[in-house]
Amino acid sequence: MTPLIEVKDLTKHFPIKQGIIFQRQIGAVKAVDGVSFEVEHGETLGIVGETGCGKSTTARLLCRLMDPTSGTITFDGRDVGTQKGDGLKALHRDMQMVFQDPYSSLNPRKTIGSIISEPFVIHGLHSGAGERKRRVQELMDRVGLNPEHYNRYPHEFSGGQRQRIGVARAIALEPKLLVADEPVSALDVSIQAQVLNLLRELQREMGLTLIFIAHDLSVVRHMCDRVAVMYLGKIVEIASSDVLYSLPRHPYTGALLSAVPVPDPTGGKRKRELLTGDVPSPANPPRACRFHTRCPKAQEKCSQDEPLLEAKPGGSIAACHFPLTDEEIATRLPVALSRQRPAPEPATSDAST
Amino acid sequence: MSEALLSVQELRVAFHSDDGIVHAVDGISYEIGAGKTLGIVGESGSGKSVSSLTTLGLTRGSRAQIEGQMLFEGRDLITLPDDELRKIRGNDIAMIFQDPLSALHPFYRVGAQLMETIQVHRHVSKSAAKARAVELLELVGIPDPKRRVDQYPHEFSGGMRQRAMIAMALANEPKLLIADEPTTALDVTVQAQILALLADLQERLGMAIIIITHDLGVVAEIADEIAVMYAGRIVERGTTQEIFGAPQHPYTWGLLSSIPRLDSPRGEELVPISGRPPSLINRPSGCYFHPRCPYVRDAHKRVDPRLEPANGSTGHVVACLLEHAVRDRIWDGIQSGRDPEALRRMADASPSPAIPAGATPAAEESDGTDSEPSESRLVESESPAGERLPPTESPYIGPEETR
Repeated sequence: MTPLIEVKDLTKHFPIKQGIIFQRQIGAVKAVDGVSFEVEHGETLGIVGETGCGKSTTARLLCRLMDPTSGTITFDGRDVGTQKGDGLKALHRDMQMVFQDPYSSLNPRKTIGSIISEPFVIHGLHSGAGERKRRVQELMDRVGLNPEHYNRYPHEFSGGQRQRIGVARAIALEPKLLVADEPVSALDVSIQAQVLNLLRELQREMGLTLIFIAHDLSVVRHMCDRVAVMYLGKIVEIASSDVLYSLPRHPYTGALLSAVPVPDPTGGKRKRELLTGDVPSPANPPRACRFHTRCPKAQEKCSQDEPLLEAKPGGSIAACHFPLTDEEIATRLPVALSRQRPAPEPATSDAST
Repeated sequence: MSEALLSVQELRVAFHSDDGIVHAVDGISYEIGAGKTLGIVGESGSGKSVSSLTTLGLTRGSRAQIEGQMLFEGRDLITLPDDELRKIRGNDIAMIFQDPLSALHPFYRVGAQLMETIQVHRHVSKSAAKARAVELLELVGIPDPKRRVDQYPHEFSGGMRQRAMIAMALANEPKLLIADEPTTALDVTVQAQILALLADLQERLGMAIIIITHDLGVVAEIADEIAVMYAGRIVERGTTQEIFGAPQHPYTWGLLSSIPRLDSPRGEELVPISGRPPSLINRPSGCYFHPRCPYVRDAHKRVDPRLEPANGSTGHVVACLLEHAVRDRIWDGIQSGRDPEALRRMADASPSPAIPAGATPAAEESDGTDSEPSESRLVESESPAGERLPPTESPYIGPEETR
């Protein structure tokens, strides 16, 4: 079967302009710079990276909320970049997005009912008066909101409930693809799990393909089948979750994983691999390997030849000349990672005794 | 303990709002010794920030009602006059705020803001203050401090701004540093740098740190002791090993099992805490956690739990009405991956009427804040758990969702 989404050499450059009346371009912020990946039907792909690595821009390009500078995105056999008018509208029916901030992504002057029914209005679906309301209330019930709250306004809901409204709106048209851009990072820890479980449940029931963007590596590991790590507009490593979190080959992935605090005071005494400095400006990224300025393993070659994504031992695909060795992985990563329990125990029924 | 640097006893902070009295902090007590790190963990609205702002007198105002005692080196910070407190604030006790972009003044150079902190408390020349500012920026690891000192906050990256904030807090070598969500707005890599910096500075300068966060991973990394707050109260307090090794409160269990962890098997279901934090105006009766607690019994809706030693150890205290043995059994069950339904049955299987010695029935508890006569609480034991919650509480976000 062909993949649902195929992205090839996707780039998005934002021009930097100077001058007041006669503007001329003096440079470009290379937010996304040559990204290629595929997503299968029903799969969950995670995209992680630091602030400014281009993960949100990638999401917006995928949904054609922005026009790419170059490169192609093929969604379900259609070229996303060239769709116009009715074609674009039909495309948007199949791909929907859940946004990060549940406070600013809902119109404060509209009721929940009209927010969730807006996709129906746009696409002219369920036009009977009672029919539309019934559909919306079904959706509210589906995401765990009380259907009686149809006429309430967003400010009457808590952050977690608002994010559920956002999810209800996104699944209203029964899309094939759901792009979730940091859907839980604005929520309290106890509420995060509720929304994550809802997304997984919906995915199972509706056969959704999910692209899940987050900076929290533990959440991404929990949600995703495959994970792509981005750095300065490029994918530096992509692998299945199991491989990426146990045998990461790119030093940047290693550093990210090593930086995650583990809530276990006994296992936390490990040698930390701390990255120094900040992410360089995407307007003027380092030459060749973009990570060489902060990389603990950088050598002369890294500032001259750009490494390409290629298969490394263990099954990961990484862009690095000097990938991490097994010993390095063992010393850098949380001790806890190496002593993973094999599989969750099946629940026993004699628990009440 | 007399050697405690800061000793907080029965602190209560309430704000009068148009909707009613907000009981932000409801009788919390803790102590922190010199050079130690205390982590305060809780969700938004649990009162963790208000309690620390009160340490610096930042919640004083006509609508705030502050009670209790906060002894810092023998002086009570609550009754201290403003001008006396001002000498302590930024000098002996300093604070790092969550959002460095809004905590730094955008119109002033970073150096000028640092110099102000120094000159307010010390009579030093401008040039000496500037030299100290450069030294501080260097201390917190900002490259090229001589040039950076003359830059504005917008020229700094997020991590550097947080470092500048830390430099400002350290300006007068405080004995106590309060860090309110110091890494929440930062990337993991920068977060790791900042935490390492704090630990390093603590070792070098010997200051005590109170770190406030909702991230259990962060406190596990740096705290010696942890206090878990819920709805304005400390529900559990103990050393980091105790809290993570043998947590006793159902809320702490909930926090621990609702976050995905890198060291747990992949695909393990998350068990969220159902519902949402209670309103601090209309608080639930009895145990404040009972509407969200999976192990609730009828008695818990009426009886207010007190902090009492868990398992005989005096340091580890917990406010929960379940018996020790039941709590131990449930925690073992959670760790071995039993499903929530089985765990709930574990709580029910044991005899319920016993009320632990440290607890007082709500009728005797006079917090003086509830307008309802306390007897009626005992009478309405049949009332549904969610009754006293605010009207927007949806029955749909309930225990059935923990599936």
